[in-house]
Amino acid sequence: MTVHITPRRTYYLVFAVLMILTATTTGVAFIDMGPFNVVVALFIASIKAVLVVLFFMHVLHVTNLTKVFVAAGIVWLAILIALTLNDYLTRGWDPISRPF
Amino acid sequence: MSPIVTELPKIHYLNAAYGLKSWLLTTDHKRIAILYLITVTLYFFLGGFFALLVRLELMTPASDLLRPETYNRMFTMHGIVMIFFFLIPAIPAIIGNFVIPMMLGARDLAFPRLNLLSWYLFMAGGLFTLYVVVIGGVDTGWTFYVPYSSVYSNSYVVATGLGVFITGFSSILTGLNFVVTTHTMRAPGLTWGRLPLFMWSLYATSLVQILGTPVLAIAVALVGIERIWRVGIFDPSLGGDPILYQHLFWFYSHPAVYIMVLPAFGVVSELVQTFSRKRIFGYKFVAGASIGIAVYGFLVWGHHMFTTRQSVYAGLIFSFLSYFIAVPSGIKVFNWTATLYKGSVSYQTPMLYTFGFIGLFTIGGLTGLFLAAMGLDLHVHDTYFVVAHFHYIMVGGTVMAYLGAIHYYWPKMTGRLYPDAWGRFAALLVFVGFNLTFFPQFLAGYLGMPRRYAAYPEEFHLLNVMSTAGASVLAVGYLVPLIYLLWSLRHAPLAGPNPWGARGLEWQTPSPPPTFNFEKTPIVTDETYEYSLEEEEVV
Amino acid sequence: MSESTNALAHQFDDLEQQARSNTLGMWAFLATEVLFFGGLFTAYVVYRHAFPEAFAVGSKHMDVVAGTVNTAVLIASSLMMALAVQSAQLGLRRPLIMFLLLTMTLGAVFLGIKAWEYHHKYVENLVPGVNFVWEGPLRNQVQMLFLLYFIMTGTHALHMVIGICLLTYLVLGARRGRFSREYFFPVEIIGLYWHFVDLVWIFLFPLLYLIGLHL
Repeated sequence: MTVHITPRRTYYLVFAVLMILTATTTGVAFIDMGPFNVVVALFIASIKAVLVVLFFMHVLHVTNLTKVFVAAGIVWLAILIALTLNDYLTRGWDPISRPF
Repeated sequence: MSPIVTELPKIHYLNAAYGLKSWLLTTDHKRIAILYLITVTLYFFLGGFFALLVRLELMTPASDLLRPETYNRMFTMHGIVMIFFFLIPAIPAIIGNFVIPMMLGARDLAFPRLNLLSWYLFMAGGLFTLYVVVIGGVDTGWTFYVPYSSVYSNSYVVATGLGVFITGFSSILTGLNFVVTTHTMRAPGLTWGRLPLFMWSLYATSLVQILGTPVLAIAVALVGIERIWRVGIFDPSLGGDPILYQHLFWFYSHPAVYIMVLPAFGVVSELVQTFSRKRIFGYKFVAGASIGIAVYGFLVWGHHMFTTRQSVYAGLIFSFLSYFIAVPSGIKVFNWTATLYKGSVSYQTPMLYTFGFIGLFTIGGLTGLFLAAMGLDLHVHDTYFVVAHFHYIMVGGTVMAYLGAIHYYWPKMTGRLYPDAWGRFAALLVFVGFNLTFFPQFLAGYLGMPRRYAAYPEEFHLLNVMSTAGASVLAVGYLVPLIYLLWSLRHAPLAGPNPWGARGLEWQTPSPPPTFNFEKTPIVTDETYEYSLEEEEVV
Repeated sequence: MSESTNALAHQFDDLEQQARSNTLGMWAFLATEVLFFGGLFTAYVVYRHAFPEAFAVGSKHMDVVAGTVNTAVLIASSLMMALAVQSAQLGLRRPLIMFLLLTMTLGAVFLGIKAWEYHHKYVENLVPGVNFVWEGPLRNQVQMLFLLYFIMTGTHALHMVIGICLLTYLVLGARRGRFSREYFFPVEIIGLYWHFVDLVWIFLFPLLYLIGLHL
C-alpha cells in the first residue's frame, strides 16, 4: 500500500495562508463594497475550504473515486440551494404570487 | 430442475450459534437480514391494520366508525409506519442485506458492526413511533407540514419526528454500507459491467439514501426545535416561510420514492431473467437507468408544491423537468417486456408478482405523468387520484416486488421451498384485491373526492365500498403467504442450492449458506446472466 | 506484524482493502454531513435573501473578535490534526499522542469561547425561544438571524463535542500502541471528520459574523 506523506513544511505553509486569509476576510468586511462584500467573503471562504480539502484532507493524493464522492456532496448541495432559489428568486414575477 | 436434496448442509448461518445473544449481537449480514425481516413484517401488519381502519371508516359516507380526529391519526400512522418502517427498509435492508455480499462473492458487508448498528437505530426509531401509537398517535399526515405540525397540532409530533430522525440515520448507514461494499468488496473478475442488476439498483438507492436523507433529518429537527422552543423558523406569523419546509422535505421525500421503488426495479430485473431463461435485453440501459433515476430524481421535487405559494415559474420548471423522469422508467419497462419476448417463461409465484409489478407500475407511472402536468395537477391535487397513483407505485410496485423477492430468496434464506400452488393463489388474490382497492380511487379522485377526510358526499359511496371490499381481499392475500411461509419452515421439501436454476454467485453456495457465504472467494470469469446461449441470437 | 494481522477485520482480504473501504466510507458519510448542514445553509440563504437589512442589523451584535479568534483556533487545531495523521503515517507514537492532545485542547478552547459568546447573547436577551427581546423594528426578522445563528453554531458545536470524544478514543488507542505504519486508518478517517467540522466553520464565520459590519 502506497501512502503519500505530505512533508510538514507544506502543512505549515497551508496553515500560514489560511491564517492570512482569515485576517483578510475580517479586515475586508470593514470596508463597504456594497453587494460585493458577500462575494468577497464567500470567495475567501471557498479558497480556505479548497486548501483544507486538498492539503489537510489529502484530496490532492486520493483516488478518483474519492474525488467523485467529494464532488457529489458539493453538487447535491448546489442542487438543493439552486432549485430552492429557483422558487424564491422568481416569486412576484407573475401577478398572482406575492414576493416573499 | 436441480436434483432432489435430502439434507440441509451440516453447518449454516442459522445453526452456527444458538441463543438470543447470538442473534442480538450478530454481525452476520444474513442474520441481520432475518432480524429486519421479522421487525419489518411486524411494522407491515401494523401499518396494514391502520389502513384497514381507514378503509372501514370510509365504507360509509358519514364519519361514524371513527371520529374525524381519530381518522386523521389513523391515516397519519398508516403513512408513517408504511413509508419509514416498511417501504424504505423492506427490500434494501432485508433482501439487500441478505444477498448483496453473496452476489459480490464477499464474506460480509464492508462494515458488519455498522450494519448491526443500523438495525438498532431502526429499532430505536421504531420504538419511539410505537410509543406514539400507544399514547395517542400523531395527526399531521406523514409529511409533517408546518405550520400545522409546529403550531396547531396537539398530537405527539416531537416523539414521532424523533423516531423518523433516528430511523433516517439507520437508512443512511445502510446506504453507506452498501455503497462502500459495492466499491471495495467485489470478487476478483466481477467488474461493474458484470454486476447483477439488483446491485446496480441498490447502489443507486444507496446514493439517494446518503445524499437525501440528511436533509429530511434536518427539516424534521427544525420542526422539533420550532415546536419545543416556540420559535418561528417556518412560522409565517414570526417571519418564517412554511414553503421552505416543503422544499427541504420534498428534496428528500421525492427522491425517497425512488429509495422505495428502485430496489423493486432491481428485483424485477433479476426475476424476469430467471423465469424467462433469458439474459436481460439491454443490460447497460437498465443499469444506467437506475443511476439516471437516482440522480435525476433530485431535480423534480417542486411538482409536489404546484398549489402552494411556490412561484409559478418555479412550478413550470419543475413540471417540465418532471416529465423526463419517465424516460429511464420507460426504458426499464420496455426492456423487461423485451426480455420476455421469445423467452421460456415459467409462471411460478415470483414471476406472477413480477408480471403484477410490470403492469401496475406502468399504470402508476403513467398517472404520475398526469400529475406532473401543472394544469391537471391543480385539478386533482390532494384528491384520491394522487392516493391511487401513489399506491399503484408503492403497493402495486414495491410491495409486489418485495413479495416476489421474498418468495424467490426464501429457499436461500431457509433452505426450504414453499407450496407453489398456494403461492400462486396468494399472488392472484393480491393482484385482484389491489386493483379492486385502488382503481376506484382513480375514479373517485378524478371526480373530485379529496383525500384525508373521514366523511364524503353520497355520490362516492359505491366507489368506496368497492375499495373497502378490495382492501379486505388484499389483506387476505397478505396473510396467506405469512401462513404458508411459516408452515414451510418445518414441513416443506428442501430446496438445494439453486432451486430456480438461476445464475449469479448467490446460487452457487449451499442453502442456507454458511456464515462466511463461500468456502473460498469465487472468481468470476463471465457474465452474470449467461442463460442458455443458444437463445442469444434472438436478442 | 502480528499486531497488524489482529487489526484486520474478518470480512476483508487485506489491510489495504480495509483502509480503502474505511476511507471511502468516511467520505460518503461526509457527503451526508454536507447535506445535513446544507439544509441549514439553504434556510440561511432564503432568509438572508428575504431580510437583508434585518440580518445586517442583527449581525452587529455578533462578536467579531471572538469569531475571528475562534476561526484561528479551529484552523490551528486542524493543523494539529493533520500533523497527528502524518505522525501516524510515519508510525511515530509519541508525536501522534501529543498532536492529538493539542487538537483536543484547541477544540476545547473553541468550545469555551463559543460558550462564552452564548452566555453573552443570553445576558443581552438575544436567545430566541428563551429570552429574546428586541426593541427596534424588524423584530421577527432579526430573531430569525439569531435563531439560525444558534441552530447552526449549535449543530456545529455538537459535531465538535462528538469529534473530541472520537479523539479521546484515538488517544487511548495510541497509548496502547494500537496504531502502526500499516494500521492507521482510524486516525486518518477521524482526522477527515475533524477537518470537515473545521470546513463548516470556515463558511459559518463570514456568513454569521461579517455580513453587517459596514452598515
